[in-house]
Amino acid sequence: MEYFVQQLVNGLTLGSIYGLVAIGYTMVYGIIGMVNFAHGDIFMLGGFAALIVYLILLGLFGGIPIALALFIMILIAMLMTGLWNWVIEKLAYRPLRGSFRLAPLITAIGMSIALSNFVQVTQGPRNKPVPPLVSSVYDIFGIAISLKQIIIVLVTAVLLTIFWYIVNHTPLGRAQRATEQDRKMAALLGIDVDKTISITFVMGAALAAVAGTMYLMYYGVIVFTDGFTPGVKAFTAAVLGGIGSLPGAVLGGLMIGLIESLWSAYFTIDYKDVATFSILAIVLIFKPSGILGRPEVEKV
Amino acid sequence: MANISQTNEAVGTNLMARALREAFYAGLIALGLFVLFVGLKTDQNILNELILVQRWGLLAIFVAIAVVGRFLTVAYIRPWFEERKAAKAAAPVVEREASFVARNFSLLAVLALIIYPPVMVGLFGFQGSLKWVDNFGIQILIYVMLAWGLNIVVGLAGLLDLGYVAFYAVGAYSYALLSSYFGLSFWLLLPMAGVLAALWGTILGFPVLRLKGDYLAIVTLAFGEIIRLVLINWTEVTKGTFGISGIAKASVFGIWSFDISAANNFAKAFGLPMSSAYYKIFLFYLALALCMLAAFVTIRLRRMPIGRAWEALREDEIACRSLGINTVTTKLTAFATGAMFGGIAGSFFAVRQGFVSPESFVFLESAIILAIVVLGGMGSLVGIAVAATVMIGGTELLREMNFLKQIFGPDFTPELYRMLIFGLAMIVVMVWKPRGFVGSREPTAFLRERKSVSGSFTKEGHG
Repeated sequence: MEYFVQQLVNGLTLGSIYGLVAIGYTMVYGIIGMVNFAHGDIFMLGGFAALIVYLILLGLFGGIPIALALFIMILIAMLMTGLWNWVIEKLAYRPLRGSFRLAPLITAIGMSIALSNFVQVTQGPRNKPVPPLVSSVYDIFGIAISLKQIIIVLVTAVLLTIFWYIVNHTPLGRAQRATEQDRKMAALLGIDVDKTISITFVMGAALAAVAGTMYLMYYGVIVFTDGFTPGVKAFTAAVLGGIGSLPGAVLGGLMIGLIESLWSAYFTIDYKDVATFSILAIVLIFKPSGILGRPEVEKV
Repeated sequence: MANISQTNEAVGTNLMARALREAFYAGLIALGLFVLFVGLKTDQNILNELILVQRWGLLAIFVAIAVVGRFLTVAYIRPWFEERKAAKAAAPVVEREASFVARNFSLLAVLALIIYPPVMVGLFGFQGSLKWVDNFGIQILIYVMLAWGLNIVVGLAGLLDLGYVAFYAVGAYSYALLSSYFGLSFWLLLPMAGVLAALWGTILGFPVLRLKGDYLAIVTLAFGEIIRLVLINWTEVTKGTFGISGIAKASVFGIWSFDISAANNFAKAFGLPMSSAYYKIFLFYLALALCMLAAFVTIRLRRMPIGRAWEALREDEIACRSLGINTVTTKLTAFATGAMFGGIAGSFFAVRQGFVSPESFVFLESAIILAIVVLGGMGSLVGIAVAATVMIGGTELLREMNFLKQIFGPDFTPELYRMLIFGLAMIVVMVWKPRGFVGSREPTAFLRERKSVSGSFTKEGHG
């Protein structure tokens, strides 16, 4: 039983990271209907930004309290990736808006290849290990919960609350939801659609940057290829939850995290990704638009 | 008169001021983008700790490029394009007769490919031609074959498949495993690999029949990853990441062999000096023949009921169903036919490399093949072949850029920049030509007179 709860905790942690990345996919998909394949690499970029900021902080003020360091890392990583995604959207996706659906998908794949190779070229191809930032582990009723896990789950929960508030209770969120429903009508009603889309990209990237920082802290290592697998997993999570649905993305992320850690715990770790993808396929066979997704109504 | 020149001048200074302002912003943004990633580099010191290396000079170059680039774009390039556009719009439309080359492009291209190996041998000798025939010729032809196979699924039937590489892997491993465990010959396994891949295509097709758009895309992607992960982890059969090496070579229909020790060795039989070039040239023609087969099948299928059904499915699924077309079989045959060519290309890949490992079948390959199909203009065989040549040949050429070492110093490795440039090229080409290189389509059904139509009239399907 304790073992099971332990795995549940691990899965929840992993799922939080996936969920944060999945929101970026699902938001962009909801608002302009494109799969932003480069989002996983934005996540990786966020991790790298956090790493570099950490090294700068370490060089400037040796004994900086770790909580403050983490806060600055997350903040700068968010700004950094937000700026990147803003530029990427402007250069690579905006010219293709209104073009056929596959065109932005291809530029996004190209952007993904370019971003990961850009980091390889500028930062080198080797693994970047960081010393453990937080290492305390608490023993609660026989379950080992590390401070890292608590931070990850807490930060995710706080961010999701803020995010939920922005989308549901601010003028910006209203503009986003309106743009999502009907871009042309939203524009006619005086919403700056381009700006709203840009902000959506920046928000998605900022959440991915937080996830990247958490990933760096949790695993203690990052490499330029790290965007792909978590990116695909997060995309899987977004689709599993029903792409376009924000609660769906979080739910999907948590599910993928749980499936992964439980499968690794009780079966063979080698096939954990096979399990994840198989469950995705099975769920979609029975619910073709994801768990919380609205089925698309086709009008003739 | 004076008034006009004055406004012109005002526009000019305005433009300059705007260009300067935009250049300043571009520089600021570039500084923000690159300050962490280019200005600083994480490196390991002797103690294996991460340290930061400062590279402010490089950062300055990046920012300078952004500033100058933006300035030139706003001040000169954009007005020039606008002027040209206006001039073009003003000029009367002249119906130009297509030139001889344009009219017979496919025929000329095939002829050029047929004489390509002898020309290369003539230019570089047998040993020197290896690189050109193998790295450029055969590799590009494999991608052409793959892209033509995927074109059936994506371009004709309008089903987005992000896991096409799975069928490539199935074909390659079918040949590798069946030939090393059972010693079956290439000529038997080539069609068999196609059949096996088609079978897998059908197996994948069944569960995804109900899915559309991005749901379909992610499941096909997942399927591709599952195949790769099984290949990695099923070590008893596939030898995992080590891959299978020493795969038997193909023979000329069993008459002549290319094994050096064999009695019926090709070079011995004809009394030629020993060289590995014969095998490569033979493979080149084989690849060319397989490509021609794929093209032939695609062209013929498009005129048959099944091909028409595919294209109808792409245009409008509901109309298709209302007309009594069985969408289930239509989708399944599209998956199976596309997969078959993937499988054939895979077994050819295995025989050419003599080695297969899961490394060759990553998602990036699927993405590259899909990019070729889209960049070429979905549904257009010629466009896809051109796109494959440009993208694959271009990245291969980057391997040859050793002269750059003389400019940037011996530490400069052009190899590293290959995929970076590939990714950027994908973006640039797509933004520049969203409909692909070949923007026109040849309908197979027409009223009275055959006319090419613009690619923008064809839909991309919702599957």
